[in-house]
Parts: sequence; structure tokens; C-alpha cells
Amino acid sequence: MSAIKDIQEEIISEFEILGDDKESTIFYIMELGNNLEAFPESEKTEQNIIKGCQSKVWLIADDQDGKVHYQADSNTDITKGLISLLIRVLNNRTPQEIIHAELNFIDKIGMGSIIGSQRSNGLAAMIKQMKLYALAFQTKQNA
Amino acid sequence: MSLNIDQIRGLFPVLHQEVHGKPLIYFDNAATTQKPLAVIEALTKYYEFDNSNIHRGAHALADRATRYYEETREAVREFIHAKEAAEIIFTKGTTESINLVAKTFGSKFIGKGDEIIISTMEHHSNIVPWQMLCEEKGAILRVIPINEAGEILYEEFEKLLSPKTKLVSIVHASNALGTINPVKKVIDAAHSFGAKVLLDGAQSTSHLEINVQDLNCDFMAFSAHKLYGPTGLGVLYGKREVLESMPPFLGGGEMIKEVTFEKTTYNEIPFKFEAGTPNIADVIAFKAALDFIKDLTKPEIKAHEDSLLAYAKELTKDIKGFIPVGTAKEKVSVLSFNINGMHPFDVGQMLDAKGIAVRTGHHCTQPLMKRFGIEGTVRASFAVYNTKSEIEKLAEGVAQIARFKNK
Repeated sequence: MSAIKDIQEEIISEFEILGDDKESTIFYIMELGNNLEAFPESEKTEQNIIKGCQSKVWLIADDQDGKVHYQADSNTDITKGLISLLIRVLNNRTPQEIIHAELNFIDKIGMGSIIGSQRSNGLAAMIKQMKLYALAFQTKQNA
Repeated sequence: MSLNIDQIRGLFPVLHQEVHGKPLIYFDNAATTQKPLAVIEALTKYYEFDNSNIHRGAHALADRATRYYEETREAVREFIHAKEAAEIIFTKGTTESINLVAKTFGSKFIGKGDEIIISTMEHHSNIVPWQMLCEEKGAILRVIPINEAGEILYEEFEKLLSPKTKLVSIVHASNALGTINPVKKVIDAAHSFGAKVLLDGAQSTSHLEINVQDLNCDFMAFSAHKLYGPTGLGVLYGKREVLESMPPFLGGGEMIKEVTFEKTTYNEIPFKFEAGTPNIADVIAFKAALDFIKDLTKPEIKAHEDSLLAYAKELTKDIKGFIPVGTAKEKVSVLSFNINGMHPFDVGQMLDAKGIAVRTGHHCTQPLMKRFGIEGTVRASFAVYNTKSEIEKLAEGVAQIARFKNK
């Protein structure tokens, strides 16, 4: 499995191909949402909703042999695309790796100006929640 | 004679820019309209030459600023055909105007068991102040239901009326759907039960001819910034006898006649309701906006906006997956819709990428969205400076976005 840094580089170069065209970038992000694995309907609970997102985002995580496995869904396609990017970078890694991951691809892509401030706040909330899960698993592993 | 839209567009500096590399198409007019140069210049001129506190100043600048300030009041009077300028109170906006009535009229005239009637399509600012009042007083809030097209069920409204009804507060034109309510009928019926009527005119005043004396409403609330005027300024119209019967809103300077530590007597209307230094600059600049509307004339503006709405409806009706929300017969220029299988926020962001500014979400009308069983809509709202070619770009954009989920 590639390092977090390498996957981020991959994503950055994919977005570079799209250039400055905001429209195709947004279409691309929406298409990315299709990469998410099916999310169990029974997990679409109030408890699994990430606070601080304008749209609804459900996130769950489980510890699979010491690595964090995330699953997520959203009621909006752009948000699904964004979270699929985060999952691509952070999925199936140790809590340690996730906690210390520096997600610089978001700034390098210029995501803020693509998705606007409301969604950027939501994206930050998603990252925070993913890291909180990792922290919880790490605490459990160390116990 | 029809309007010269190119010439009108020339008066709005903000329209001439690109966003995301595309020419800006501004369709968020129900949220706020853009400002003509005359309004911007009036603001600058006030601060450059006339800035001073109004009323009671013993110098030339104060005198001038006071005169301009009161000239706007007179222009507003004329704009809504009120009987006298003293019936025009300047506030921060529609929301404050409604809250003013809730706090003052409400505190004096609404008691336990009394009823207030609103409609399903109210903006939160015409729901929450009444809920707060009802909670405080033990009064009851009644809601007029609507049909699928987004029109009030008038017969149901009549059934809600009773001698317990003290106030009917209803939106003149819906911000989320565009529906124009049959307010004259509502007002007459409410009056026959002795109830007062407040009209929320935030969305109607920029499109429709308003004559508060013909309508015979007791209050009307609206905002300057939806009328090509500055932000942070609104109007509360009230009939003299009703305003005089009400206690003051905020206490402070300007609203008093005489203050002693034992007792304060209050000023006459409208000053009784304008405590503190008002928003002088914006009030003065607002006159330029009213002049702009007056020059074009309301019927001409309405005719142009109606033609834009009709064209938009025509161009979008066959788009696969296009779901109009609010199909009332009488509407102001609001096109609210959803795309099958897509979240309004996504649609809005994709339109933004095309340079088209729309609003998405519940439009501060959550109970209305619930009535339609939806989370929100995409809302394109048109103003006098919008063009048919902009409508074509919107329709093309919507069609392309709809194909994403409706192949």
C-alpha cells in the first residue's frame, strides 16, 4: 500500500489535469462519490452524522486487525466525492498513521475555492471526525 | 414602451464581472438585489459632504442630513401610498419590523387564549416572533394550510377566523415559491372579526404596486436591500391610530418627549419607534433606490420580470428530472425547483461553476419545505436587470446538470 504522501501526490496530479475549469472539477468530484462502498442503511442514524456539515454525512469506522476501516455516505453527491477522497487517503491504515497524517492535498488542489466556505468547514469536520475515530482506536489498542 | 434592459444593466456596476471565468448571472435577487450606481453614490456623498447626526442639530450639516433623511420617509410614503409620512418607521429590516409589532402591539393587545394566524409559507421571521409571543402570553398560533401549487386554502383561513383572532400576519409574496397571496381578501375578512393584519412585504414591494390605503392593512414590513437599496435598513408601515395605541419598542434618545427620573413621556410617531441614532446614511441612499424604481415604473418592471419567469418556465418544463416547486397562478419572479435524485446544494454549486448565482436550501421556510416533503429547493429569482439570454443560460445549465442523474 502506498504511503499517505504518495496517494496525496496522485490526487494532486489528477486534479492538475482538470486545470482551472471549476465546472469539470465539480463533475469529477461528484463522479468520485461513486467509488464509495455501499453504506449500510441501518447505520444512517443520528449518532453517525458528522456535526458541522451543511449536508448530511454519515461516518462509521471499525478496527480491522489494528487498521481503521471507514465507511461513509452523504445525501449530496459533491460531499460523497469529497469523503471518498479522504477515505482513499486514510482507509486501512493504523491509527498512528491517521492521527499524524498531514492532508496537504486539500490546499494544494485549491479545494477551498472549488467547494466554497460552507463545504470547506464541512470537510474540516469530516477530517476531524476521522481522526477522532483513529484516536479512539489507538487508545483502545494501547489499553 | 418596454424597458431598455441594456441601459438599466449599465447602472449596476456589480453585474459586470466574471466569476469562475464566466460572466456573472445574478439570480439571487429574492435574497438581495444589486444596487444601482445612484445608491452607491448617495452613500458616498452623504459621508463626504453631509455626515452629521440628525434632528436637533444647530448647524447646517445636521439640518441638511435631517432634511434628506425625512425626504426618504416621504418617498417611502409615496412608494406605498400611505396617508402620512409619520406612519413610516425606519428599522433594521423586515425581521426587526415584525419583531417590533410582536413586542409592542403584541405586549399590549394579545393575551391568554387569543389567536394569531399565519400561513404555511411564512419566512421564519414571520413565525418565530409570534411563537415567542404566544409562549409568553399563552396565546395560540394558527396556520393556514396550502395546496400542492403553493396557494393558501382561503376557505380554511375563513374557518380559522374567530372573535379570538387578534392578528393575521401573512406574507404578501412568498420568498421560497413566489406565490402572491390574495391579501386584500384576507385583510377584509380579518377586519370583519376585528383582527389587525400585518403584511410581510419583503418580496412583494419590489415587484407589485403597493397601496396600503387600498389594501387597508394595519402594518406592512419590508426591507430596503431587496428594493435595490442598502442593507441594514427596513420599514414598518403602521396606521397612525394603531401605532399611537402601541407602547414604544426600544427606550433611549430620540423616542422621548421629556425625561425625568420619575417619569418619561414619549415622542410622537414615528420618532417614538426610532430610538437612538438611526441608520442615517442608508436611509438617505434608499431614496435613490426608490427614485430608480419610480423612474422605471412598477408595471414595467413587473411586466419584464413576468416575461422572464414565463420564459424560464417554458425552457425548463421538458427537462428530464426537473421538478418545479410552487406553481401558483399568481407569482412574482421566483423559479423554485429540484432536480430528481440531486441535492439542491449540489445543483447550486454546479450552477455557480457556470457563473450563475442562485440560492439553495430551505430559504428560511422549513415548515413549508416539510409541507412539500422536501429538504429544500434551488431558487432562481429574477430582477429588472436580468435578461432572456441569461434565462437561456440557466435553462441550458439546469438541463446539463439534470442529465447527470436523469439519463
